[in-house]
Amino acid sequence: MTAFWKEYAENRVALVALAVVLLVVAAALAAPWIAPQDPYDLANLDLMDARRPPGFVGSSGYAHWLGTDAQGRDLFSAILYGLRISLQMGLVAGASAMAVGALLGILAAHAGGWVEGAIMRVVDLQLSFPAILLALVLVAVLGQGKAQLVIALVAAQYAYFARTAYGAATAERQKDYVEAARATPLPGWRVVLRHLLPNCLPPLIVVGTVQVANAIALEATLSFLGLGLPPTEPSLGMLISNGFQYMMSGRTWISVYPGVALIIMITAINIVGDQLRDQFNPRLRR
Amino acid sequence: MTAILAAEGVTRRFAPRVTLGDRIAAALGARVDRRAVQAVTDVSLAVTRGETLGLVGESGCGKSTLGRMLAGILPPSEGRVLLDGAPPMRAGHKTTTRIQTVFQDPFASLNPRQRIGEAIAEGPVSHGLVTRAAAPKLAADWLARVGLDPAYAQRFPHQFSGGQRQRVAIARALAMQPEVLVCDEPVASLDVSIQAQVLNLFLELHRALGLTCLFISHDLAVVRHVSDRVAVMYLGRIVEIGEAATVYAAPRHPYTRGLLASVPKLSLDGAAVEFQPIRGELPSPLSPPAGCAFHPRCPAATDVCRAQRPALSPRADGTLVACHHA
Amino acid sequence: MTAPLLDVRDLRTEFHTRAGVLRAVNGVSFTLARGEILGLVGESGSGKSVTGFSLLGLVDPPGRIAGGSISFEGQELVGLPPARLRELRGKRIAMIFQDPAATLNPVLTVGAQMALAVQAHGGGGDRAARDLAARSLARVGIPDAVTRLDAYPHEFSGGMRQRVAIAIALLHQPDLIVADEPTTALDVSIQAQILAEMKALARENGTALVWISHDLATVSSLADRVLVMYAGRIVESGPVAQVLRAPLHPYTRGLLDSLPAMGRPGEMLAQIPGSTPSLLSLPPGCPFAPRCPRADAACAQDPPVVGTEGRMALCHHPLT
Repeated sequence: MTAFWKEYAENRVALVALAVVLLVVAAALAAPWIAPQDPYDLANLDLMDARRPPGFVGSSGYAHWLGTDAQGRDLFSAILYGLRISLQMGLVAGASAMAVGALLGILAAHAGGWVEGAIMRVVDLQLSFPAILLALVLVAVLGQGKAQLVIALVAAQYAYFARTAYGAATAERQKDYVEAARATPLPGWRVVLRHLLPNCLPPLIVVGTVQVANAIALEATLSFLGLGLPPTEPSLGMLISNGFQYMMSGRTWISVYPGVALIIMITAINIVGDQLRDQFNPRLRR
Repeated sequence: MTAILAAEGVTRRFAPRVTLGDRIAAALGARVDRRAVQAVTDVSLAVTRGETLGLVGESGCGKSTLGRMLAGILPPSEGRVLLDGAPPMRAGHKTTTRIQTVFQDPFASLNPRQRIGEAIAEGPVSHGLVTRAAAPKLAADWLARVGLDPAYAQRFPHQFSGGQRQRVAIARALAMQPEVLVCDEPVASLDVSIQAQVLNLFLELHRALGLTCLFISHDLAVVRHVSDRVAVMYLGRIVEIGEAATVYAAPRHPYTRGLLASVPKLSLDGAAVEFQPIRGELPSPLSPPAGCAFHPRCPAATDVCRAQRPALSPRADGTLVACHHA
Repeated sequence: MTAPLLDVRDLRTEFHTRAGVLRAVNGVSFTLARGEILGLVGESGSGKSVTGFSLLGLVDPPGRIAGGSISFEGQELVGLPPARLRELRGKRIAMIFQDPAATLNPVLTVGAQMALAVQAHGGGGDRAARDLAARSLARVGIPDAVTRLDAYPHEFSGGMRQRVAIAIALLHQPDLIVADEPTTALDVSIQAQILAEMKALARENGTALVWISHDLATVSSLADRVLVMYAGRIVESGPVAQVLRAPLHPYTRGLLDSLPAMGRPGEMLAQIPGSTPSLLSLPPGCPFAPRCPRADAACAQDPPVVGTEGRMALCHHPLT
């Protein structure tokens, strides 16, 4: 573990990215305590403060460092709360997709025969068209809400995990330790859960990191299109969408700052994922 | 002198997997090779309770495939394997715990993400041989028995050398309290000094536990050292089987003779060593020669060898040989 | 006595790893005469392969030759520019690897890559190159050499592929061939064929051969002299028969006694306790001391050389 960490720390960019991710997560977790304003509490909002530029000192007496939006919401607070929702959706959807996809992929590799054929053909089919298309259709059918959105994101993303897990498991199942487990004999579920699954985890964790970022981006896209979460729970996508109509009138900050927050978070997660992939891939090891 | 484990006319074919792509290619007129490789052909043998039967042969002779069928990990295509009269597997899955296997490569045969204590106790707990509470004690006892520090139970396989891992693999197999142990090239990947340690451990445990063993190896000296009887395989069939001392002292089959002559010997007197290698190469198992499979390489081959396959038949000293001229 | 073909003095090859400096070859000296077959024996991690690679300047970073000298026909190889080394490597010194795939290009026919090898060192026209290639294949016992030139490496069996690799090594009739475990992956019957041929080839052409192997028996049946390596050092050297009949170093003795062929069937083998030490953290003194039955307090000091250049051991308490 220490050797792994040492190798990770050698890449300065990845180290900074990890720091950013941790900072973002910490900020999102601590939002209720560090945000100057609860952006959901309508009583705190004053329309007099609406659409003010960054640095404006509003009626409540504190500076809005990133300006305010059309409802007079402090953007910095809104972004912190938005991060909270975005991260929450990304993590829940990513983890669920990983669980579903990994189980399906390993099951396909372990069972073989028609089970393998059926699962993997569906996965291949789904990988051949854009994930957002499926997510859009599902959200349109299921309606708005956190649960519905998670289901849509999982349905759109599990295939990546299934493909990765299947690839890893087909390589692992050839190995002697799996044969040794079957030769003992150990029950099939134990071979899958105790032997195949732990050895398929490294590539899944890498894909998982990247897919969390993708889930966040997908959720932001859906929210931007007005198909994501209800307006009572504004995620970053919705904040961007809200400010979009003011772009032309010069009040760019309403969209830009949430956008920058989104980009920083997604980029940082992706860099961490890339570094993990490099470290887990023995071919790229020096 | 009763047989505990027996093969009755077992044959194993490996058919190439015909994929959808292959079918399309075949429909379009491409040549798709669907010939099955016959790794083991019509082998019958019996392992007597308490003995060590050595199985030797060169790569591709089918010794590992035969070993895996006898170990109950691989179902035969034809014929049957019997452990005390009952097959060791049902519907393609191994059902008995009375046979255990030690594999060749201890770097591959241990789960890299499982602590070795758990690796040893997992099977016995799973089959109710010990309770979960007694598992750490079982693992510690077996580690001590194979000459490792019981405190190692919490370590992962990568923290061990090859020889130590093979000890763990032996402990894992024996913790299942088997009656039969199948060892597939257990020392092939080990250094000479480590190989001696593992062979000694094997001999010691074999005696202490009264095990029956099938010992598969390409190394004739190793097989001679541990075996009571030895079976020589060539191209999927047994060509000679008998008491190890007899077979090594007076090999009957020309292949056995050639094989023994090919082994480099320590030349302690400084005399120049001349090899009498077997001519030619192993034929493709996809299209084995007609008659005696060894005839294209055999110095004594005649017309009858080319036309007729010799049956494995007993000689005066009890050795069975499949040769027209031996 | 004429000057040796190869004179290695105090060769040191190190690998700089994350965990520290690994001294794979730690002060190795030996000479090799023209036409001599030298066996280099040791277990994994003894430094025998790295020694072989060092001779050809084939040590890649993080490894490097940290000191010593390798003199080939009076020419110093350590520090020679890569281009000059490459030239020598193709023509005068050749290498055979355990895995012939390391030598053979899977997408070229055997004939094509042999022709390339010939022409890379100024071997004349296509026709002449092809003839030379065919003769070389025939010499290592490949039947139908001319037709086999048009085959790809995967169309050969493992033993035949190794012969092709040997044929490529022989193309320019080199003065020195370094063979790293060339028969380890092969079956005994094929190994016996190749050993017989290598022996004959070395005798006919006067090619010197460094045969690196873990197998004492193979070396004893092939080599004139043997070097036994342990933990990066040569612990014993001498004529094969003498070393095997009356080893001086306890390690050599232990190695011999570990062989099943030396024991009585069914009885315990004499075993060397313990395992080979990590080269990263070698304690001072004799590296074999922790496993040695003859070790005492003196072994905490570096062991002295006993015997002469032709028959030496590195030990405080040699067997006599």
